[in-house]
Amino acid sequence: MSDFWAMGGYAVYVWPAYAIVGLVMVGLLLMSWRGLKSKEAALATLRCDSPAKNGAANDPDDQGQRS
Amino acid sequence: MHRYANPARFMRYSGAILPFAAGLTALLIGTGLYLGLFVAPADYQQGESYRIIFVHVPSAWLALFVYTNMAIASAVALIWKHPLADVAGRACAPIGAAFTVLALVTGSLWGKPMWGTWWVWDARLTSVLILFFLYLGYIALADAFDDPARGAKAAAILALVGFVNVPIIKYSVDWWNTLHQPATISQLGAPSIHPSMMIPLLLMAVGFTTYFVTVLILRMRAEIIGRKIRTMQLLQVQKKSTPSANVDGPPAAPAAESPS
Amino acid sequence: MTRKRRRLMFVATGMVVLAAAAGLVLTAFEDNLVFFHSPTDVGEKGIPEGKRFRLGGLVEENSVHKTDGGLTVAFRVTDLSNAIPVTYKGLLPDLFREGQGVVAEGVLNQEGVFEAAEVLAKHDENYMPPEVAEALKKSGYWQEKAAE
Repeated sequence: MSDFWAMGGYAVYVWPAYAIVGLVMVGLLLMSWRGLKSKEAALATLRCDSPAKNGAANDPDDQGQRS
Repeated sequence: MHRYANPARFMRYSGAILPFAAGLTALLIGTGLYLGLFVAPADYQQGESYRIIFVHVPSAWLALFVYTNMAIASAVALIWKHPLADVAGRACAPIGAAFTVLALVTGSLWGKPMWGTWWVWDARLTSVLILFFLYLGYIALADAFDDPARGAKAAAILALVGFVNVPIIKYSVDWWNTLHQPATISQLGAPSIHPSMMIPLLLMAVGFTTYFVTVLILRMRAEIIGRKIRTMQLLQVQKKSTPSANVDGPPAAPAAESPS
Repeated sequence: MTRKRRRLMFVATGMVVLAAAAGLVLTAFEDNLVFFHSPTDVGEKGIPEGKRFRLGGLVEENSVHKTDGGLTVAFRVTDLSNAIPVTYKGLLPDLFREGQGVVAEGVLNQEGVFEAAEVLAKHDENYMPPEVAEALKKSGYWQEKAAE
């Protein structure tokens, strides 16, 4: 098993490479996910502020549509 | 074409696809990593260090693939003025920039033990660095103008102009003598990589692609909702300033009225 | 012509012009874009002594030996037509060995020996397990590619 971590002596190159790929890809995914969630929350707030009769008129994509 | 221009339609479809794209990504990358790190044998020449290939090559492929998508979106935005096209382009840019950086960094970590240097200014490495600058330029231009439409147009033009770099990157190792070796997998000829190594490589490449689709959907949905918010805020302001008039001002999102 | 078609023509023409311009520029600067010269190039282009450049090729079989009490390594770089002797003081990359691709940066001295300041290894695009490589070598299908 320690052979595995040693990567034939190249561990100092191989593991940082994998680590940075993991960090960047997971980080970008999380940032994009959180960005979407916060926008969805902002939209929900806006809709609450203009309830019922004005709500549909305010939302250009909701003209006669059920989402 | 205009049937898909409706953001509501895109929101419905993308919302349905999203969990599958995410699930596939986890499955493909998980399997690819397992096979690449635990099952594939060491290389006859590079030993264990070659395993960087399983993250370096998919990153490089995606850097080019995402840029190509960004250029196509830019052409569609400029020529057909499809309203979702520059949403797509904007969403692509940070993903492509990330993959370009990853290709350069993992390549550097691979080059030091194998070539003996972290960096050389050969045609392949230099042109990929230029690709990174093109991504940064696109992101900067899109935000540089007060009028977002002008920014989007400028960025789209840059994306198209920069597209000439993509074939240069791909063929740099054939056209000029470089330190970076030629392609292991190409459209012509048999791949010069053993199947036990090629399978995890392809799994990672497809997994990175479904990852791109996942993040693209997240970012496009966020952008569309952001525009909807701005439109609604605009309508509210209009309504407040003209309390008795009908709200019939055209919304800022141009395609909203397209009949489904 | 509709406006959309006109925009399409504009973009398409622009891309073609751009590709042509890029092609012309790259052809004009061909020599400057070359990362290294082969031993044959050195003779043909008449690279003078003292001018810093990169020499690329294969490490000639049976040419590697240590001199100078072990401080300097000497070998020959060949492109299978011509070869140039090289000397180098310093650490060699892991992949350096006879028959392997190599790129050295340095200058030619008066005796026509290339004094290298840096030696890089160049490897090919083949990936396979050691057993497969052995089997290929035994069956005579093995070919070390010369640096282009």
